[in-house]
Parts: sequence; C-alpha cells; structure tokens
Amino acid sequence: MNLSIALFGITREIVGSSVLQLDVPEGQSVDGLLTQLRQHYPALGQLSSLAVAVNNEYAEPTDRLHERDDVALIPPVSGG
Amino acid sequence: MLIQLTDQPIDVAAVLQAAQADGAGAVNAFIGTIRNQSTGRRVVRLHYEAYDQMALHQLRRVAEQAVEKWPMLQQVAVVHRKGTLEIGDVAVVVAVSTPHRAESFAACQFIIDTLKQVVPIWKKEEYEDGSVWVAAHP
Repeated sequence: MNLSIALFGITREIVGSSVLQLDVPEGQSVDGLLTQLRQHYPALGQLSSLAVAVNNEYAEPTDRLHERDDVALIPPVSGG
Repeated sequence: MLIQLTDQPIDVAAVLQAAQADGAGAVNAFIGTIRNQSTGRRVVRLHYEAYDQMALHQLRRVAEQAVEKWPMLQQVAVVHRKGTLEIGDVAVVVAVSTPHRAESFAACQFIIDTLKQVVPIWKKEEYEDGSVWVAAHP
C-alpha cells in the first residue's frame, strides 16, 4: 500500500521533502516502517528519538498502519 | 479555552484577557521569550515550525489534563508562535485562571512543561556560524 508521510524539522531536511510517498507492506507496523525508513535514510537513525504519529496520536511500535491514516514522523520536539 | 498557533506576533494582553474569569482571583501566565544564547553559543534568531493539526490536538489534550488535575481551573489559554523569531520575541504564552493563586502556579507550570514534552513543535537555532534543530541529536 502507499503511505503518505508528513515530515517536519530535521526529518524534512534529512529526506529533502515535506512529504514522503512510500510503498509499504499492507498492515505494516510502526516499528517496521521505522526500520524501512532508517534503511533508506540512515541519518534518521542518528536522532535522539523518532516517533510516528498516526491520526494526531503518538503510535505504539506494534500499531498497524493503514492507507488512509494521517502518518507523520516526529523527531524530538522542542516547543516552548 | 483558547488554544492557538500563529505566525503573527502574540498579543500577550489578549491571551491574559482570554484567561480572565469572574470566578477567578488569580490569573497566572508563563511567557516564553527568545534569548540570545544557548549552550554558550550566541543565538541570532530562531525558526519554529509545527505539525499544526497534531499540535492543536495535543495542546487541547494537555489543557484537558490540567482541568482534570485542577478541576477549579476557570480558563486555560495557550498560544504558540510559528515562523522566524528574533531575540526578545514571545514564542509562547500560557495563561490560566483559578479561584486562588496556588493552583494557578501549579497548573501553568504543568501545561508549559507538558507542552515541551509532547506537542509537535520544533525550533531551529540560528547562530552566526550555522544552525541546529534543538534536541534533535544526543
């Protein structure tokens, strides 16, 4: 299935785009997605942390992704 | 409840006004401003960006958690800036109101502390000789 992943901050700079279209296995887990992304973009593995947001919530590693989910990478936040 | 992201200068007085409530004897505010140095380096300016839809959702949740912890909260107002900010600019205002002052200090601190941990907003510090996304790397 095709996932559209929103990118912000340093992840946007690493990937070089604010949206990443990625073909992933049906029902891919959050953890599986991160592994897949770190293979494509090793610099993502250098970050202090990297979370995945699904539909505006922080996802668990075992959560499954669906094609219509709002998916985003969340590098370490630094608001305030 | 006022929860907002803006790319315009924050009107601090308006945020305080939004926190005012007739049943409140205390309005407590935290104002986060841009300082001119970070870990010994001279900061020239900052760039903020947010994942707007999630940031607003998470901010509302933080405000709701505060109301659960301090049911006497009368009003909660949180406004966070986006875009390029210069030294001295206001980056965030949190304002709460309660009948008495003690809970207003605690609730205000809880909201800004939790915001910094969970709300998807990022800042890039620009120095005279480069720039860094804050907290991105160990």
